[in-house]
Amino acid sequence: MQKIRMLKVGEQGLVVEFGTEIDPAVNAQVHRLAKILTDEMPEQIVEVVPTYRSLMVYFDPLLISRESLQDDIARYLAGLETAAAASDTTRIITIPVSYGGEFGPDLEFVAQHNSLTEDEVVAIHTSTPYLVYMIGFTPGFPYLGGMSERIATPRLKTPRVKIPAGAVGIAGKQTGIYPIESPGGWQLIGRTPLTVFDPSAKSPFLFAAGDYLQFAAIKAEEYGALKEQVVSGNYAPVVRNVARTGA
Amino acid sequence: MSTIQDKGRTGYRAFGMPISGVMDRYAFTMANILAGNERDAAVVEMTMCGGRFQFPNEAYVAVCGADMQGTLNGKKIKNWSGFYIPANSELAFGYAVGGCRAYLAFCGGIAVPQAMGSRSTYLRAELGGLEGHALQSEDVLEIARVEELPWKLNELAQSLVPRYTNDLRLRVIMGPQDDLFTEDGIATFLSRAYAVSTRNDRMAYLLEGATIAHKTGADIVSDALCPGAVQIPGSGTPIVMMADCQTTGGYAKIATVIGPDLAKLAQAKAGDKVSFVSCSDAEAVAALIAEKKSYEKAASVSLSKINASV
Repeated sequence: MQKIRMLKVGEQGLVVEFGTEIDPAVNAQVHRLAKILTDEMPEQIVEVVPTYRSLMVYFDPLLISRESLQDDIARYLAGLETAAAASDTTRIITIPVSYGGEFGPDLEFVAQHNSLTEDEVVAIHTSTPYLVYMIGFTPGFPYLGGMSERIATPRLKTPRVKIPAGAVGIAGKQTGIYPIESPGGWQLIGRTPLTVFDPSAKSPFLFAAGDYLQFAAIKAEEYGALKEQVVSGNYAPVVRNVARTGA
Repeated sequence: MSTIQDKGRTGYRAFGMPISGVMDRYAFTMANILAGNERDAAVVEMTMCGGRFQFPNEAYVAVCGADMQGTLNGKKIKNWSGFYIPANSELAFGYAVGGCRAYLAFCGGIAVPQAMGSRSTYLRAELGGLEGHALQSEDVLEIARVEELPWKLNELAQSLVPRYTNDLRLRVIMGPQDDLFTEDGIATFLSRAYAVSTRNDRMAYLLEGATIAHKTGADIVSDALCPGAVQIPGSGTPIVMMADCQTTGGYAKIATVIGPDLAKLAQAKAGDKVSFVSCSDAEAVAALIAEKKSYEKAASVSLSKINASV
């Protein structure tokens, strides 16, 4: 393991930095520590935010000093690779997507740019689950890793003013979903009928950092029916629990 | 602009949800204490210019923060105080003359539903507050009913009223990425005065002034971002993140403004000067304790407990 650093973020933040690279193994350490701290120190820790290669820990400095917290974290880190790795599981969540047509206006461009057919782009995009390294930018926006460079495509020259919630896109080597309507410059290849972010739901977010997303192609005709099920609360997302890889 | 805010929405930052909440927690907390509320009751945060509020029923309110030249039925009110409002009254505010954010707390609290554990408005996701939007003309705010309203004027002790200045000195804890800046860059940051630009809002304050040198570049692999974080992008001038800031970001952060001082920056307007001074954890925690003591002091001389509930 790389040398782990603990960095100061004001009087109530501490960053545990596992490395400086985007790497699934490093990210797995981040999520393991996040789980341990959330489970073991609910009083002193306000919340934790996992990112690519570090964990932000927000704590209450009136309940625990930085020194004590650092000592506690160092202890958890010592046991992190052995104990936690053995029982570490994660989720793969299936994201049905209607590719191309009105839902994916840029699929044609992505195919042309990479000298592929539209079907080939879809096959590559759905060929493997993507790790949610972290969530940021807007509520629920996943920073996904693992997309094939064969379908990498630069951003639009002029960003769209309005991208609907559920839009699935590609920007450079990244792929992602827009959880809320927002402006953006990603190449839109499809749309999911699932609700990624529903503030009125008991669990407002469809997925968490550390999960994997598996995109699955559906026909344009299926989109409407699925959307209806989602809106009426009769859709249960397809979720598989698996051992975490990349550790 | 005016929005409903409380102490913020914690627990969802791992999902990219900003904390939001009031920009100036000191004025907010004092307003609630003076109004006889729980300290985290939802209030109206008014920025630069206040609104006109009509009260068909009697009420008790407190006003703290920037002086927006408030009047009750045409008569000047006292800032940093709680006072009784008879039925069929109008409470009106104008432009801020000192500071830029004022807080209006209602005894009983504003009875909007909580969204994800908070009443704070987050405009970008149309969440919280009054159906997720900023207050506009004709909006109706429902105030939770209180058994017995106080009626006496409740003034904050003068020693607890902050003096807003246009030359701020903010304490920071260096890091998390101060090692990505040159020695000269750090020296510039800690010695030069910066001016608040016109680009300042609930998300961030962009400052203008001497450029701060990075060792190699401004970009990092994105990591977490919190209010108070001082990002230095490629341009070299500081961006101080505020209540509605994104939860992650990709620019190196040279330092973090401590909580008690971030409230002061929330009262700064374009053109005001800001300088940064490095402090230790111990000094920052002492400042937190001092802030807490101010609240205790205000509460001890404030109204006897009111039967207020939302």
